[in-house]
Amino acid sequence: MSFAVTFATTRRILAQLRHDHRTLALLIAVPTLLMILLRYVFDQGPMFDRIGPMLLGLFPFTVMFVVASVATLRERTTGTLERLMTMPLAKLDLLLGYALAFGVFALVQVGVVLAISLTWLGLDLNGSLGSLVLVSLLDAVLGMALGLFSSAFARSEFQAVQFLPAFVLPQLLLCGLIVPRDSMASWLQAISDVLPLTYAVEAMREISDSAEFTGTLTLDVAVMAAFTVAALLLGAATLRRKTP
Amino acid sequence: MRGGREVLHGVTFDVPRGSILGLLGPSGCGKTTLLRAIVGVQHVAGGAVDVLGEPAGSPGLRRRVGYATQTPAVYADLTVAENLRYFASVLRAPRDDPARVIDEVGLGRHRDQTTGTLSGGQLSRVNLAVALLGAPELLVLDEPTVGLDPVLRQELWELFRALAEGGATLIVSSHVMDEAGRTDRLLLMREGGILADGTPEGLRERTGTSDLEAAFLQLITEKAGSLT
Repeated sequence: MSFAVTFATTRRILAQLRHDHRTLALLIAVPTLLMILLRYVFDQGPMFDRIGPMLLGLFPFTVMFVVASVATLRERTTGTLERLMTMPLAKLDLLLGYALAFGVFALVQVGVVLAISLTWLGLDLNGSLGSLVLVSLLDAVLGMALGLFSSAFARSEFQAVQFLPAFVLPQLLLCGLIVPRDSMASWLQAISDVLPLTYAVEAMREISDSAEFTGTLTLDVAVMAAFTVAALLLGAATLRRKTP
Repeated sequence: MRGGREVLHGVTFDVPRGSILGLLGPSGCGKTTLLRAIVGVQHVAGGAVDVLGEPAGSPGLRRRVGYATQTPAVYADLTVAENLRYFASVLRAPRDDPARVIDEVGLGRHRDQTTGTLSGGQLSRVNLAVALLGAPELLVLDEPTVGLDPVLRQELWELFRALAEGGATLIVSSHVMDEAGRTDRLLLMREGGILADGTPEGLRERTGTSDLEAAFLQLITEKAGSLT
C-alpha cells in the first residue's frame, strides 16, 4: 500500500461528499435534531444524561453504515471499483481511504452534536471528552467497515438500504439501550455478547458515568477495535480483482 | 466463461507492439469478454492470456495497461479534473498528466464541469482520458467512439494513430464497420469465435468486396457454406 494513494482516495471521497450539499446537511442536521428532540422528550436532566451519550455513539455508527454501503455499492455497480482494481491500488489503500474520510466526517458530525448537547441542551458528562471522541470515531469506522462488507451482498441500492434495519435494529434492541442486558433472557444476552453495538453503547455509558478511563471501557474499546479490524478484513475479501 | 456461460472458444492471436488491432463484430459476440480477459479482470476458465510478456492481470501490468470500459467508469459526482487527478495519483502518473489527457480528448472547456452533467459522448471521452493517464504501453478500449459525431470520431482515430506511432499498442473494439478501415489489423468476431483475421485491405481482397460490411457478410455466408 502507499500513503499517497490512501490520502488521494480520502481526498476523493471527501470531494464527493462536498459536492453533495444535501447529504452533507442531512448528516449534520439529523443527529443534532434527534438530540434536541430527545432532550425535550425526556424533559429531565438525569435521564437525558444517561441516554444522550449512548445515542452519540449510535449516530456515527448508523449513518456511516448507510453512507458507506451505498457509496461502495455505487463503486461496484458503476465500474469504478473494477477500474481501480486494474490499477496499482492496494485493497488496503481503498479501505483506509474510506476509513479516514468517514473518520474525518464523523469528527465533524460528533463535534457539532456534542457542542450543542454540552451547551444548549445541558448534557452532563462525567468522563473525558477525549475518550468520547475516540469511541465515536471507532463507532464510525466500525459502521463504515460493516457497511462496506454488507454492500457486497446487495445488488441494488434498494437492497443496500434494507440492510440498515437488518443489521442495526436487532443490535439496537439487544445492546442494553432499551432494556438493561441483565434483565434479558440468557440466550438474548448471549447474542448481545457477540454484537459490536453492545460494546459501543457500554463504552458510552462508562464515559457518561465515570471520570476515569475504566477497565470496562478499555475492554470495550479493545473489542470494538477487534470488530473493526475483522470487518475491514471481511470487506477487503469482497474486493475482487477478477470477476466471473 | 462469463456469467457462467462459455463465451469465447478457440480464440488465438498475437498483437505486435506499436499497432492498432480492431475487434469487430455484432453486439454479444464476445468482444468485451475478450478485452476483459486481456486486461485480467475476467476469470479465464481455460487457455493462457499473456500481455506484454506477463500473464494478464499481473501486478506488474497495472501501470502498463490502460483500460476503458464501454460504460463509463468514472465518478459522476466529481468534476472532470477531479476524476482525472484522482486516477492519476492512483497510477502515480506525472502531475501534468490530467491536463494533457483532457486536451487530448478535447474536453478543455469542460474541465470543471461535474461529470454527471456531461453528455454521453463527453462522458465516454472522460472515460477514455482516464485510460490514457500515465501513457500505458497497451491501451484496451471497449467501443471508445460510441455516440460521438463523425468529426470527433475522426479526431480520436487520429489520436489513436499518434499513440501507436509513439510506440503504444492499441486494441479497440467497435461494431461500426467503417472504423475498421483505420486499424492495422482486424479480428472479425462472431458468436465467440474469430471469423477472420487480417489487414483491412487483405480482407477486402480475399472477399472481393469494396467495403468491409460486405466482406463481413460474405465471410459469414462462406463459413455457413463450408459447414454444410
